[in-house]
This record gives sequence, C-alpha cells and structure tokens, in this order.
Amino acid sequence: MKREPPQSVADYGPLFFPAGMLLIFFVVPFGTMIAVSFFQRQEGGFYTPAFVFSNYERFLSAFFGGVLGFSLMLAVTVAICCVVLALPFTYLLSRLSRRLQVIWLVGLLSVLSLSEVIIGFAWSTLLSRTAGLSNLLVKIGLLDQPIALFPSFGAVLTGMVYQALPYTILVLYPAIVRLDPTLMEAARTLGSSPMRAFFNVLVPALRNTIMATLIMVFIFALGSYLLPQILGRPQHWTLSVLITDQAIYQSNMPFAAAMAVFLVLVTLGLVALTLLIGRKGEKA
Amino acid sequence: MDTILKTGVSRRAVLGAGVVGTAVLAMPNILRAQDKSLKVGVYGGYFKDSFDKNIFPEFTKATGIAVESVAEPTGEAWLVQLEQAAKAGAAPADVSMMSQVAMLKGQTTKLWTPLDMAKIPNSKNLIERFVNKYPDGSVAGIGAVSWYITLVTNTDVYKEAPTSWAAFWDKANADKLGLLALVSNSFLLEVTAKTFFGGTNALDTEEGLLKAFDKLAEVKPNVRLWYRDEAQFEQSLKSGEIPMGQYYHDVTGLAASEGHPVRSTFPKEGGVQDSGCWALSRASKKVDEAHIFIDYMSQPAIQATLSRKVGTSPTVKRELLDLSDKEFAAVSSDIEPIIPRYDLYTTKSDWLNQKWTELIVG
Repeated sequence: MKREPPQSVADYGPLFFPAGMLLIFFVVPFGTMIAVSFFQRQEGGFYTPAFVFSNYERFLSAFFGGVLGFSLMLAVTVAICCVVLALPFTYLLSRLSRRLQVIWLVGLLSVLSLSEVIIGFAWSTLLSRTAGLSNLLVKIGLLDQPIALFPSFGAVLTGMVYQALPYTILVLYPAIVRLDPTLMEAARTLGSSPMRAFFNVLVPALRNTIMATLIMVFIFALGSYLLPQILGRPQHWTLSVLITDQAIYQSNMPFAAAMAVFLVLVTLGLVALTLLIGRKGEKA
Repeated sequence: MDTILKTGVSRRAVLGAGVVGTAVLAMPNILRAQDKSLKVGVYGGYFKDSFDKNIFPEFTKATGIAVESVAEPTGEAWLVQLEQAAKAGAAPADVSMMSQVAMLKGQTTKLWTPLDMAKIPNSKNLIERFVNKYPDGSVAGIGAVSWYITLVTNTDVYKEAPTSWAAFWDKANADKLGLLALVSNSFLLEVTAKTFFGGTNALDTEEGLLKAFDKLAEVKPNVRLWYRDEAQFEQSLKSGEIPMGQYYHDVTGLAASEGHPVRSTFPKEGGVQDSGCWALSRASKKVDEAHIFIDYMSQPAIQATLSRKVGTSPTVKRELLDLSDKEFAAVSSDIEPIIPRYDLYTTKSDWLNQKWTELIVG
C-alpha cells in the first residue's frame, strides 16, 4: 500500500483530536504556569498579575542549586540502577517459555497497580528497626541487634528503583523480544562467551532503546516527591518536595511555578544534550 | 445485554422507593431541611467523620437546616481554592473551618464576610482569643474548635513521662524524634522561645528569631523524621520505631484508649494550642444560615459534646462547661498554653520559610 501525502485539510482530521487534547491539557496549563511564575507574590496573601523576575532570583541560590543538583543526581542514579537491573532480567525473560513470560509480565504489571503511598509505607516497614528485614539478619546471627535502615539515601533509592523497575522492563521487553536471535548465535559460534556476547553484541544492538529507557526512567524519577519524604531525611528531599511545600503549604504559587519551570527547562536541556551526544556517537 | 435491559427497574426497587417516599412525606423535617441547607467545610478524615456522626445530624434536627459537609484538605490548599472560587463568584463551601494563618491570609483579600455578632448571641461564651477580627474590629471568624500539640512518647521505650520540651534537646534522645516538617504547623520556634528564652515575645525581633533558629538547630541530630503526613509519625510512635516527638493531643489520646503504648504529656512550659475558626466565604449566599450555624456551634453544650466525642479542646470559657475535671483534662490542661505567633507567619512568612527549610534540609 502506498502512502499518499495529505491533500486537504480534511486529511489532517484525525490529528485534530489529539492536538486539541494536547492544547487543552498540556499547552494551556503549562502556559498558565509560566505566566504565574512571573507574577508578584503578596506575602501573607496570594499573588497579583505582574511581570517580575523575583521568583527566579530567589531560586538562583546555592541552597536551591544544591537541591536541584541532588534531584538530578538521584534521578540519574535511579535510571542507571533500573536499566542495569532490568536489561539482563528482560533478556533472560525473553528466553523463557511463552507461558512463563506471561506469568512474569502479569506479576510486573500488578506492581504498577500499587500506589506510591503503599510502596513508601511498605518499604518503611520492611526497613524499620522494629519490624524490618534486619530482624531476620539477627535471627540468622549476622547482626547483634536490629537496626533501622531508613530514613537514608539507600532507602529512597530502593523505593524509587522498585517503583520504576516494572516500567523499565515493559519498555525494554518489546525491543529485546524482537531482537534477531541469530545475532547472539553468531557471536557464540564465533567463540564468544555468553557474557561477552551480551556486552559486545546485545548491548550495542540495543543502544537506542537503552538510551530512550534511561531518559524515560530519569524523567519519571525526577517527579517523585512522596518516596523521598517517606524514606529519606530532609537532605534527601527533591526539588519536587519543595515545590509542593511552596504551592500547598505556603500558597506561594509564583515561586512554586518558577521552580517547576526551571526544573522542566533543566530536564529538557539534559535530554537534548543526551540525544545530541548520542547522535554524534552514531556518526563516529 | 438483552437480559440486563429487560430487568429494568425491579419490583423490589419500586416498593423500596415507595417506602422511602412515604417516609420522607411523613417526616416534614427532611423536606424542610431540603429548603434550607448549608455547605460546611471541615478537615477530611477523622474530623469530618466525627462531625458527620455526632454534630451535624443534631444541628439539622434543631434548626431544620441540612448540612452538606465538604472534606477540606489541610494546609493552605483549601484557602487557595476558596479564594479562586470566590473570584469567580462561587463558594465550594459556605462556612469553612480555617486555621489561624489561613484566616489572616484570607483577611488580606477580604475573603471572609464580616460576621454580625448580634446574630450570634452565643459568641459571648467564647474565650476572647478565639474571636478572629479584621484590623477595623469587624469579626472575620469565630473559634470552632481548638486542639493541642503536645510532647508524646512511647510508653514501652520511655517508662517515665518527660516533663519539659527540653527533652527534645537531650543528647540521650539522638535519632529518636518525630517532628512536624513545616515552620507554620510545627510551631517549634514558639516552643524554643518559651522553653529557653522566657516566652514567645522573644520572637519579636529578627535577632530573637535567629537566636531561636540557632537553638533549634541543636535539635537536628535528634530528629529521625520530619513529617508532613500524620499517619507517617503515628504508626512509628505506636510501634516504638520513633519513640518521641510532637503530635496532636486528641489523636494520641484516642490511640492510647485503643490500647497502644503511647502517651501525651503537657510539658511544664505548656502545650501548643492551635485552633480553627468558622469563617464565611464572601461568595456565599447563605449568610443567615451561616450565622445560625456558628451560633449553634458556640453553645457550651455543643462544645462539651465536641470535647467528649471528637476530643477537641473547647473554645468557650471553662466555667460554662459541664465537663468534669477528668473530661477536661482529657482534652486540655490548666497549664498556660503556648499560643503560636500567627502574625509572624503572615508578615515574615517567606523569610521564615526560607530559614526553616535551610535549617532542616541544609
């Protein structure tokens, strides 16, 4: 079947609905947010329409720079952990029988039905001193007395990786299943060990998929604000937590909006940079 | 599909509707109640459930005004929603229970309809500080309920109850405290000032505030959890995971009565007494009903019921109440309370918030 380029306005018809949705639910709210970020904050009240840069000025400090840096670092770490765990797992999964694959995938999907609140509270119980996993270690003699494993950076990372892992696997799964199995067979025939074949053949073949997955998990993790609160100390709070504080508890919408706009811009910048480097790497 | 359509309205449903219809006709109360109604915003969860069960039905019976209770979020989200709605001429709730800081913020945009005290005769029962006034003296809100934030401990871990807020600063309590995460709801600056600097007047100047911040910084190593969500701390307190902290006196009492090993102590410097006001949105058309409601809620008998059933501390004078000493002690204390410096959270809110966030996050 040959694809005709659209001739008339009517041919673009199918696009109107998604475009309208995008306009109403993304462009308009985002535009409003940008506008509010320039409004004047009335201390002890609300805000008045204006065009001031004070909200951005307040954000440009070492303190907020540090929080932004931590949020980005946390999201990158979560993304890398997820892909490192999910890639071998998904590869092994794709080599199982169809039946077992379905069971695994249904199990993973069911994790997605858990809300962030449940995940947070479940992990805080698992990592607690009074009822947590360290009690098992005491039982088998590895520890003298139970210890609290949260709040800590490790707890935040664990919770967030747990939450993002099913997404990672579901994104990687189609690409890995579709991968030509003869690639690996050829590598093995040419005398490469399974590990070597995995890293020298499979990983490069999935380069673009891996990149896309990293970016997706990164953005997913950047928006997290509940798990850092439940499982972390204040120094592990992300910028999203502070945005929530300003918007809900301080009713300082202009400052919250300015922080959110800044976060979006930095995120988009980083994603663009990653894609750019990726493209250069392909050319080389 | 066919079978579903055919079923339609069952005979049972028709009979049921008939019974309900007759019942409604037989009880003119309900019909009348439908003529007059009032939307009342109360904090969602425990508060709303208790009010729905113990207070609102009695009010409808007494006045014929039906109450539709609206669950409002804590924090200032509800204030923002009311303000936005009022700009558009709508009122998601006619009367809302508002925190003191929210009352002051709402005053700046004249969000609250000034109340006519002549229509609220019971307001004379109130303790003076629970009447929230505009700068020109008109009344913006009337005390609905008050509650205490006290020093709470797990009784398994602390056999002896602590007697002073200074326990937070005790080096022996390293990594054992759960404290509220926001400057405007933990009131820890006031606690620090009262405990170490002779009273909340020490916070009058910026210098005094900085001194309080410095003193408060010493608590940081003792804090395991800075919580926004009450459930987060309550669970840990019950299990002994985080055995000490600040929490609400009413909910702690409830947990103790259910057999959990927790206790709430009024320290010798006093508990922190916070309160909520009934306030009427300027977009509401139910001005008369609102006045009747607020007057009803200010009766000593209703305040006593609230203390017994909801566990809140009364906003009317002690001598007017028929609460026994034991009942009164369960919800309040004769120790002079620490009253939060609400003025600071409007005049210096951004500065305080910035310093506070830097203190606990930095």
